[in-house]
Amino acid sequence: MAMDDVQVKDGVDAETVEAVKALSGTYKYGWNTEIEMEYAPKGLSEDIVRLISSKNDEPEWMLDWRLAAYRRWLELKEPDWAMVDYPTIDFQDQYYYARPKSMEEKPKSLDDVDPKLLETYKKLGIPLKEQALLAGVEAPEGERRVAVDAVFDSVSVGTTFQAELRKAGVIFCSISEAIREHPELVRQYLGSVVPVSDNYYATLNSAVFSDGSFVYIPPGVRCPMELSTYFRINAENTGQFERTLIIADKESYVSYLEGCTAPQRDVAQLHAAVVELVLLDDAEIKYSTVQNWFPGDENGKGGIYNFVTKRADCRGHRSKVMWTQVETGSAVTWKYPSCVLRGDDSQGEFYSIAIANNMQQADTGTKMVHLGKNTKSRIISKGISAGRAQNTYRGLVSMHPKAKSSRNYTQCDSLLIGDKCGAHTVPYIEVKNNSSRVEHEATTSKVDDDQLFYCRSRGMDEEEAVALVVNGFCKEVLQALPMEFAMEAQALVAISLEGSVG
Amino acid sequence: MAASSQTTSPTRALRDADLIDGSGAWAKEARLTASDRAQAAGLPQRRDEYWKYTRPDAFVQADVTLQASLRSGLNLFDQRNIISVAFEDGKIQAAVLPNAAQCTLESLASASVLDLHWARDVYGRLEEAGQNPIKRSLAAVNTAVAREGLLVNVTGAVEAPIHIHATSSGQSDAIIHHVIKVAAGAEVTLIETGQYGARSNIVLEVDVADAGRFHHIRVQDGNERHMLTHIFGRIGAEASFKSFTLTAGGQLTRNECVLQLLGDDASVSVAGACLGDGGFHHDDTVFITHDAVNCESRQVFKKVLRNGAVGVFQGKILVKAGAQKTDGYQISQSLLLDDDSQFLAKPELEIYADDVACSHGSTSGAIDAQALFYLRSRGVPEAKAVDLLTLSFVAEAIEEIEDEDLAQDILDHLTETLSAR
Repeated sequence: MAMDDVQVKDGVDAETVEAVKALSGTYKYGWNTEIEMEYAPKGLSEDIVRLISSKNDEPEWMLDWRLAAYRRWLELKEPDWAMVDYPTIDFQDQYYYARPKSMEEKPKSLDDVDPKLLETYKKLGIPLKEQALLAGVEAPEGERRVAVDAVFDSVSVGTTFQAELRKAGVIFCSISEAIREHPELVRQYLGSVVPVSDNYYATLNSAVFSDGSFVYIPPGVRCPMELSTYFRINAENTGQFERTLIIADKESYVSYLEGCTAPQRDVAQLHAAVVELVLLDDAEIKYSTVQNWFPGDENGKGGIYNFVTKRADCRGHRSKVMWTQVETGSAVTWKYPSCVLRGDDSQGEFYSIAIANNMQQADTGTKMVHLGKNTKSRIISKGISAGRAQNTYRGLVSMHPKAKSSRNYTQCDSLLIGDKCGAHTVPYIEVKNNSSRVEHEATTSKVDDDQLFYCRSRGMDEEEAVALVVNGFCKEVLQALPMEFAMEAQALVAISLEGSVG
Repeated sequence: MAASSQTTSPTRALRDADLIDGSGAWAKEARLTASDRAQAAGLPQRRDEYWKYTRPDAFVQADVTLQASLRSGLNLFDQRNIISVAFEDGKIQAAVLPNAAQCTLESLASASVLDLHWARDVYGRLEEAGQNPIKRSLAAVNTAVAREGLLVNVTGAVEAPIHIHATSSGQSDAIIHHVIKVAAGAEVTLIETGQYGARSNIVLEVDVADAGRFHHIRVQDGNERHMLTHIFGRIGAEASFKSFTLTAGGQLTRNECVLQLLGDDASVSVAGACLGDGGFHHDDTVFITHDAVNCESRQVFKKVLRNGAVGVFQGKILVKAGAQKTDGYQISQSLLLDDDSQFLAKPELEIYADDVACSHGSTSGAIDAQALFYLRSRGVPEAKAVDLLTLSFVAEAIEEIEDEDLAQDILDHLTETLSAR
């Protein structure tokens, strides 16, 4: 383990803490890398869809799939039920494909990747090289390792640890590669969890997704390391439409980390991703996200519009999925990671922290659809609003008539900091059998003055005190995060709330 | 009641003429503006989010095909000192309404022919305020076409409860609009029992001035009837509003309650207990807006369902910016006695002020097997044990009734209903 890389990561964190103290309303990742980009022409049409498909060397069936999605999308209406308010998006005023010029020739290995790209990731503190990741993490079995697939704008730039994963039988590659190399798996599962016509943004994604990650864990395999993807939107006016497909075969296990950032721009950028998880008998997937896309400035200028469809299908008996998310970025968030608990005794968990500051708007939550017998779900949602932000929890718990003896527990807590923000809770509860138990509770309150006062009396400044109290409020979710993310998430919580008190 | 999007057609003029036929100036204005509201909003559709769990079809279709059962003998509360008003097939039965100290009782039919009446400041006004942010066009239709209802002007503390008892037979549609105005510091209790028609559309507007107190107790039963009720309340400073509804019959019931807390230090409570059996669909939809400082609101709903009955709860607490020190509480619980019954809930919070304590809870489950076992081990027969546990389950809602005697009457009635089924 190289020590200087360890310090890079530590350094970033320390620097951030400094930045928080010194500056107000700035965004840590708000620079952009000057790399020559290759764009497809602006706008969306069948030709663009064909172009994206041909750029990725896709087979005919994939192009047909995309075109069907595109035609379907034209008939759909943009949803307006979420409690978010943003100017109408001109879908013809976006680039649907952008990739670094140096990717014209696909890199053979990481060494072939444009050093500037790698530099970008280094600035982000993303550990494309293995050592940096292991910073200060206690390894349970000797060492703990993470394989990374990084998506830069529309193209996946490098996947580390390929060889070792291959030895275990794990396939971890970009989805474009998977379409070429493992068409049978992709054809079987792509769109089987989130159908092409699922919703407006998912359909758009199906038509124009340019890259993303693909994971297949074979039966009985415990993925030897944590898998990670990093998304970054670098070019101006581009939408990023990544598509992730994870298949956990029988008795397999994988932990997947996802992080996202975007440089600071004063025009809003669009992001519409689709994530599909498939779990067969006894499989387990842990999916963790730290999302800190650029949230726009204090006046709500710029930022990412994040319209994401994430769904896990627990097809197998006794399968288990766990969504953990820390949402601190994006100007507008529209995201409901869901679990379809189809297999008997399957379990779904959702742990979420959503922080909205300044002019941010977040409408996020989960759906737990209980179809199988004896299924269990647990929802812990912590929403924090500050500044003039609006934060909404929207969720569904549905117990179908056949989901006998199932169980749900939901807890949604909202914290308000300041009197200009809003916190809302919109849960749907549908119980259609009597052997299931459903419990839902929600509270809304403000940061406890007594706790703040106590912290202040111990010499903390107000911002530190708020960060500490808020971290305490989020504790249950932070504990559910993998170690690598937990530290970063705690720091993020503090950064996101910077400027919200006083 | 069919909606047409055209606003100035000859048929419209004819209908308007029909609408205001015989109305005095104030009623004319109220009816025409309500008609415009209803026109603009259109009738509720099945895909409307606000009608997600209850189909509006039964309330908007042209014909009533139901046969209301005539229940003569609801003698609940008869033993008490009450001011009694009887409705039969949607009409007030007495030519002269009873006299009572501290309040005046009038029928809408007689008041609406006058040019000036105190009700003009309330009738349709609170309903109009309740159309935002969600359209309740069936309530606007009610304001436009209702010809009968009870208007009560409360000027002091009225000792005896006012009891409206409605009976109906045949396939009648009843559209009734009551108005209660409670003056500053005044107090009144309103009891509603029985059924107005085979299909009823009932609006109750309650204006509670500062430090006024309003209590409402309602018992809804009957067999084949469909009933849609709206309560619109405007609550002043330090005032109190309490409404409790027991529903133990009827095919389809939707009770909407829309309250606005406009004065500081006010408190409201909306509670309901329902026993559902078979083809029974019961919907409680509550919308409470906090627009003043230091107010308290409570929503307590308990539903016991069996044989495929469906219980719906949609509750919302909206705390406007500046409504600091709000204490909002909301609980909705269901007890499903068998596997065919359903509980569908959407408990919402929408909060724009930071110094508040708002919470909601919702649970659903079967009867507690251990409690049942305990009772049986003490020699209580199973059916009786289930009844006992049912009673204890709904008790929290009944406890919201302030008057202990009336609460006891409700409890007795419930016990009787349980043992009779």
